[in-house]
Amino acid sequence: MELEARDQKVFSRVGMWLFLLSEILIFGGLFLVYAMYRAKHPADFHAASMELSRFDGTLNTTILLTSSLTAVLAIFSLQELNKPRRTALYLAATIGFGFAFLVVKAFEWGAKFQHGLYPRAAELGTRPHGEILYFGLYFTMTGLHALHVIIGMVVLSVMLAWVLGKKVTQQRSAVLENAGLYWHLVDIIWIFLFPLFYLIS
Amino acid sequence: MSHVRYFYVWIALLVLTAITVTTAGLNVGRVGIIIVLVIAATKSTMVLLWFMHLRSEKRLLLKLLVPIAIATLAIFIGLTYMDILTR
Repeated sequence: MELEARDQKVFSRVGMWLFLLSEILIFGGLFLVYAMYRAKHPADFHAASMELSRFDGTLNTTILLTSSLTAVLAIFSLQELNKPRRTALYLAATIGFGFAFLVVKAFEWGAKFQHGLYPRAAELGTRPHGEILYFGLYFTMTGLHALHVIIGMVVLSVMLAWVLGKKVTQQRSAVLENAGLYWHLVDIIWIFLFPLFYLIS
Repeated sequence: MSHVRYFYVWIALLVLTAITVTTAGLNVGRVGIIIVLVIAATKSTMVLLWFMHLRSEKRLLLKLLVPIAIATLAIFIGLTYMDILTR
């Protein structure tokens, strides 16, 4: 059966969105657990949240939002302007922002580890039950998110190579578009993680 | 279509981030969680509509996929929350 190119584009988009839905549900389950434990231990969650650096969280939010801008500009430069070199530059910038995000995250986690705050640490065990749950969720959810950032950076690096190698062009850009969708979804998840972990008032 | 709109969206996202961080610092009490969630929902809607191009998506199926997923999640979380609160 011969498929028209137009149909193929639609199918690839449908497939990508279905995949993104499954991602939303993975994190959705974790958000559900978060909501229940926070309802049970509001004071502990507040106390534990005060130990996170709001500055680092805000900085990382800004970095990821900016990386989303460069990602969408990369696609725009190819699809609308047909300027692959500019696309490559924007992709490189996006990967760079992803790396910057991970560096900030690494410093944050490092500081927590130094204070004996990591899963199953003896020091953490002496804390109130709600704080233990909070840090468990914090490491699980930001860890899973960081894993998604790393995967996104690998995917975007492949896109960068394909754009430079003329495998992805103005006429054949569906895969780049899907890579962009993945990166934006990672951004959206962080948009929710940030206020829920850093901004508990 | 010009790429300038992407910069406008980006600036709006940064402004909303600044607002959410400032409100959290004000200690507004129990409405705080509602404010940050409304802002987060607004921000993600903007990313979905402009950066992920759902605004110009012509297929109804794709347009509705995300709202359906979010509604499902909201029902899950909302009902479980009710259960916890009324126990």
